[in-house]
Amino acid sequence: MLSRSGVPTKKQIESVKPSKERLAKGAVAIVECFQEIPCDPCHTACNSGCILPFADINDLPQMDFDKCNGCGVCISACPGLAIFVVDESYSEEEALVMIPWEFTPVPEEGAVVRGLNREGEAVAPATVKKVRSSPQKNGAYIISLVVPKELAFEVRSIG
Amino acid sequence: MYRAEVLVIGSGPAGLMAALQAADRGAKVALVERDAHLGGQLLKQTHMFFGSKEHYAAERGFKIAENLDAAVKDHPGIEVFEDTTALGYYEDGVVPLERGKKILPAAYDALIMATGAQENTLLFPNCDLPGIYGAGAVQTLMNVHGVVPGNRVAMVGAGNIGVIVSYQLLQAGVAVPAIIEAMPDIGAYHVHASKVRRMGVPIYTSHTVVSAFGSEQLEKIVFAEIDEKMNPLPGSEQELDVDVLCLAVGLAPLTEILFQAGCQMAYVPELGGHVPLRSDTFETSVPGIFVAGDAGAIEEASAAMVEGKIAGMAAAAGLGYGKEQYEKDLANAREELAKLRNGPAGAITRRGLEKLPHPGEVSG
Repeated sequence: MLSRSGVPTKKQIESVKPSKERLAKGAVAIVECFQEIPCDPCHTACNSGCILPFADINDLPQMDFDKCNGCGVCISACPGLAIFVVDESYSEEEALVMIPWEFTPVPEEGAVVRGLNREGEAVAPATVKKVRSSPQKNGAYIISLVVPKELAFEVRSIG
Repeated sequence: MYRAEVLVIGSGPAGLMAALQAADRGAKVALVERDAHLGGQLLKQTHMFFGSKEHYAAERGFKIAENLDAAVKDHPGIEVFEDTTALGYYEDGVVPLERGKKILPAAYDALIMATGAQENTLLFPNCDLPGIYGAGAVQTLMNVHGVVPGNRVAMVGAGNIGVIVSYQLLQAGVAVPAIIEAMPDIGAYHVHASKVRRMGVPIYTSHTVVSAFGSEQLEKIVFAEIDEKMNPLPGSEQELDVDVLCLAVGLAPLTEILFQAGCQMAYVPELGGHVPLRSDTFETSVPGIFVAGDAGAIEEASAAMVEGKIAGMAAAAGLGYGKEQYEKDLANAREELAKLRNGPAGAITRRGLEKLPHPGEVSG
């Protein structure tokens, strides 16, 4: 349970997933935010209107997935580092997962690293496709990883 | 005798905002900070802040401190006293300011206490071994002085501070083999907990430190699962080799000077301990003395900033500054504060504030 272990449940993850059809269309932001806390910069950062306005700053983010172009600006705007971008259209067998990264060393593009799940366990090798510094220029990076498609909703870190 | 119209003690998020707000309205402000730099705990915060744009959300804490430091120092209405300690409160209301070896007695028309908080600690056998730190000390070592406290750190406390400092330790290349939390639930924002969890740090809720071991410095701890009455469950003990144990077991308002000034105080556990009674504009029971930030209730920096803003505008208005805009600005700021506390995360503060009488509602 998230409040006991820090790991969201399968049910919680399912609740923030877009439809299969939307996932198949390409990159889309996945907001893994499950607790009502006073925070709304994801909405302010989003340029495509995909993260809907907050009625109350404590609300959970609501998404209009059809408006999301997977740009990833929200990834480094989220103070909780809880937003990821998943692109299941990447290839037949693989998906692209974009994660926020605030550690050194920053991996090299092309490197093969250990893809970690939400419990920090290595679940598959992941290839670093792209590394870019965050649009906010705040010292963070966004790392794009190529992972087996069935692990697109498992890999959330590297080690 | 030094004279300011508004004297602000403490330059954390509450004090910085109070000084800026009062000075923007035309008051002559003095801002006193005992540390060498303005910013209070903001200086040590490398994570991005929550809240909204108005509270500098998604900015890193130390960046917020840098920006506000510049704003305060560029302000013609604010005189800044760094490396200066407000030693106490004399009977006639004068506040002695100690800078170097000199005392500068300060008089004022309004006083804003933004003194912040102190860390709670924990008692267990050998809790005085070298290597056992408060989380504030670990943050100061790492994020102000660039020194890591050790190689393997066990963290006690899964509130925001414990989890954030664990993450900062990982960023500094230090191993964190366990976060130990006595409560059954993680107190930190869950997103912070998930950040350290996916880096492989286990969080042991309903666990506590039983004992520390080491000949000259910390070498090992034993921790165990506890029942609802906080008693260790026999057989659940685990040993952990660590050279540092970091305690992040909560904060208590830093209120000595408020007691000394004769402000009516109340003990409200939800707010962190003894806190001053105050009006809707954060004026204490002593007219002209205001409180803002953690000194009045342990809360997030975003709330402290809004409280500072309110205390600053109210103090200035009491001296006749910015009267025309005051009612409107006050209503807006109060609404902003209510919004921040509106969700489940603000429930504990709301509960505490309901218990806290307004000045004048109690005798003595």
